Amino acid sequence: MFEFDYVKAKSLPDAAALIAANPEAKLLAGGMTLIPTLKQRLARPSHLIDVGGLPELRGIEMKDGRLAIGAAMQHHEVATSTVVKKAIPALAYLAGHIGDPQVRNRGTLGGSVANNDPVADYPAAVLALDSMVVTNKREIAAADFFQGMFATALEEGEIIVRLLFAVPRRAAYEKFPHPASGYAMTAVFVAETAAGVRVAVTGAGPGVFRWSDAENVLAKKLSPAALDGLKVDPNDMNEDIHATREYRANLVKVMAQRAVEKLLATK
Amino acid sequence: MTKIELTVNGTKHTCEVEDRTLLVDLLRDQLGLTGTHVGCDTSQCGCCTVHVNGRAIKSCTLLAVQATGADVVTIEGMSRGGKLHPVQQAFTDCHGLQCGFCTPGMIMAVAALLKDNPHPSEAEIHHGLEGNLCRCTGYINIVKAVKRSAEAMK
Repeated sequence: MFEFDYVKAKSLPDAAALIAANPEAKLLAGGMTLIPTLKQRLARPSHLIDVGGLPELRGIEMKDGRLAIGAAMQHHEVATSTVVKKAIPALAYLAGHIGDPQVRNRGTLGGSVANNDPVADYPAAVLALDSMVVTNKREIAAADFFQGMFATALEEGEIIVRLLFAVPRRAAYEKFPHPASGYAMTAVFVAETAAGVRVAVTGAGPGVFRWSDAENVLAKKLSPAALDGLKVDPNDMNEDIHATREYRANLVKVMAQRAVEKLLATK
Repeated sequence: MTKIELTVNGTKHTCEVEDRTLLVDLLRDQLGLTGTHVGCDTSQCGCCTVHVNGRAIKSCTLLAVQATGADVVTIEGMSRGGKLHPVQQAFTDCHGLQCGFCTPGMIMAVAALLKDNPHPSEAEIHHGLEGNLCRCTGYINIVKAVKRSAEAMK
């Protein structure tokens, strides 16, 4: 690692002031992506501003019919929260299948969303559940927030405070994890909401996306078989040593069908 | 250099570290607690697992300064009064190791798993140990040792 100065922020305004005063600084929450990145010398921040323990970024509660989760809540806390399990069990399941137990004890919701890794789990739930990303400056709808590989609507120095998830009637998440890293080779979050069925796909393309063809047919008939006739264009998929575009295109359909089947099995 | 205070295996320490010092390097190089191993150094293998405020974490992916004020337990802090921790005893009894390099991290991960879930099923054991790799692939006896630990800790 290159040298940097570590600063523990005392409050959200303090963190915002620190990041504004130090344009080469980076925010640190759980550090499960940032610290490995620093160890490989892929980044050279002047300061790390630790927002992981800020009370403003903590807490899980139902608020005006939506599930509010603080950005600094760790995956383990989300996975085991009785509030999350009651409101959106599929979200608790997703959080419990990120990385491994040690990673879930440190990694945070806000960190995952801000990083927008194309193979991360949380963005699928955020997009499928029509969530709002609340920052220290404004509220951003999920559809506007995610802007492709590692790109988001966040401005320089903007800090995610919490996420507001719309509570669906039913939802399910199915992931085809990479066998070593646990990252999603392809994963699909399906949500049945008052406004229709929403299908969000992560791991397969250059960024999280909604599969609108699937949403249209599932709106008419919510069953795995409804997706039988659909095809995903391999040209829209990622390709790497782990899977070809064609393989990922097929996985999107298979994971979506499994997610629908799982959704139907919930009450 | 930054001065930090933390508790390791019940003893308070005041240490001078660089802000970029990893917790595992503080434990091994400054405090001489070499039971915590560095395997992959990329947060995959889990050999460096220790407990920070009661939760299992990978100490190669935590800055020492982040552990300021924390209560840290390493493999050296598991036995009590010359008696092995039940998880250590079960690994011994079941021969839950081959070369032994991953063992300290495995034991710390298992102790944390059993705290959350005292009676894990086979599938829950597999899921709970996803963050720990055994290069010798001695997983069968490791899983046996987890089951034996759960029995012993009833």
